[in-house]
Amino acid sequence: MQHEGVWILAEQIDGRVQRISHELLIRGKDLARKRGTTLTALIFGNGVDTGDLQELIDRGADRVVAMESPALEHFLPEPYTACMLKIIDEYRPEIIIAGATSTGRTLMPLVAIKAHTGLTADCTVLDIEEETGNLLQTRPAIGGNIMATIKTPKGRPQMATVRPHSTKPAPKETGRTGDVTRLQAPQNLLASRVRRVDFIPDVDEHGLSDAQRVVVVGRGIKKGDNVELARKLADKLKAAIGATRDVVDRGWLSYPHQIGLSGKTITPQLYIGLGASGSIQHLAGMQTSEVIVAVNTDPEAQIFKVADFGIVASLFDVVPVLIEKLPVEGK
Amino acid sequence: MRIIVPIKQVPETNAVRMDESTGTMIREGVEAIVNPLDLYSIELAIRLREEHGGEVIGVSMGPPKAATALREAISMGLDSGVLVSDKAFAGSDTWATSYVLAAAIRKIGNFDLIICGERATDGDTGQVGPGIAAFLDLPVVSYVSKFDSLSSDACRVHRLVENGYELVEMELPGVLTVVKEVADPRLPTLRGKQKARRTDIPSWSAKDLDVNAGDLGLAGSPTRVVKIFRPSVARKCIKHVVVDEGTLHKAVDELVDFLQNKQVI
Repeated sequence: MQHEGVWILAEQIDGRVQRISHELLIRGKDLARKRGTTLTALIFGNGVDTGDLQELIDRGADRVVAMESPALEHFLPEPYTACMLKIIDEYRPEIIIAGATSTGRTLMPLVAIKAHTGLTADCTVLDIEEETGNLLQTRPAIGGNIMATIKTPKGRPQMATVRPHSTKPAPKETGRTGDVTRLQAPQNLLASRVRRVDFIPDVDEHGLSDAQRVVVVGRGIKKGDNVELARKLADKLKAAIGATRDVVDRGWLSYPHQIGLSGKTITPQLYIGLGASGSIQHLAGMQTSEVIVAVNTDPEAQIFKVADFGIVASLFDVVPVLIEKLPVEGK
Repeated sequence: MRIIVPIKQVPETNAVRMDESTGTMIREGVEAIVNPLDLYSIELAIRLREEHGGEVIGVSMGPPKAATALREAISMGLDSGVLVSDKAFAGSDTWATSYVLAAAIRKIGNFDLIICGERATDGDTGQVGPGIAAFLDLPVVSYVSKFDSLSSDACRVHRLVENGYELVEMELPGVLTVVKEVADPRLPTLRGKQKARRTDIPSWSAKDLDVNAGDLGLAGSPTRVVKIFRPSVARKCIKHVVVDEGTLHKAVDELVDFLQNKQVI
């Protein structure tokens, strides 16, 4: 039987569909149109919000398949993998894309190995090769120094993960209809040797990976106490706080704040770098941000090469004035 | 406690220079190092051995010179290392790499834990850790930020996710992939370096492993690189140089205007 259809893996937390799902719909719609096929959103969970499932249709899916069980409430590698393999076996999608999230980046390799097919991580561009209809997957490698376009000529489904925030969420359209199928996950697929015991929400981090605006602290902040100044700016902007490796290595901010090759990759609408020089290691994690602002005393700093707006000055001069001049209400 | 640590030798990414005319990487003179993110898995494995006894074995797939990476890991405290090297492995993607490493780990055998770095800084996929787990049909916990406790048949760890930490328990044997938060890597010791020099590192080729020839290297890789190009990261930066109070206020005013025009505030 032939493989057909573009699928995205939607994600939920506490039964509510997450933003990454809507971003994937934009990608999926484009691919489905170019391939002349339909777009299906797949989601695993337990009692996923009905309105949220319909919203996946409103935002571009032609069909939603929700596979549910108490065992699927949170991501667990083995049941999720078994259920996704079952879905692949039954529906035979041609393409599956997922978010490059902690879930997507764990589940997709497990599935790709077992399905004996290709997977490309952390793509920034997806397209269809005209001659062959194959999925073209473009991703940064070697610390963002090169871009590689990759395809899976024979293996099916073709699988890719996509960087969160690398597109806007698909907009809602009125009057869209589509089939929402809720499936009970088969009991024999739900065994797990990993058990989720507890969850400790991050009080400090403000969801850096999901933030629309990020204020990043570099070594120019000089000491840990000064991070407070950056926090004030972040509060005013309703932004998350990020850090370069230098700052984390010195213990001025904790590792979950680290942005770059050995930390998080972020794609916010607004990045403001304070005293960050823009090492390759750091650029790899932020250069796809939509608008980049840099404040640095060194006019030759690398960060200015990737910035849209730069101020050559001490951050200690700029930040207080900026806090004062920013309009009070963040959007 | 027997722990296996997969290790990759990578080019020192910070030293990578690009040939602007051809858009290719200049490899000459670029130092090959232990993948920086593997230092954390190496450190965690050594600590677990120090606390619970046992041994830690490194395994690396790569060209013969990747033995250097294993020696470096031994100088930090690993007990031994196995190199997996064969021309037939050339061009492996993450599927084929996971396949060969899993076969090598199966041959080493009798382990409790496999601890991997989150990803390598060159390929940057993070797929091989889960890939090994898939081939060996083992449980896996990714993004481990803290090792909490160990019992006879399970371990408890913190897993870093987007909005916090999951506390999870995994049955042994199993695979962990760790992030930098998990431990502070130690430096090699003089005694370790001496040991590393003395240690014999066996090199296994395809014929030493239980693998299908058709699943190796480029031929066994489901993915193909279509093209490689240099990203154009440079943007036209509007740059203000502040020299006094006046230029400071002007720069900030224009920044606020700029942000409003871009509709990001």
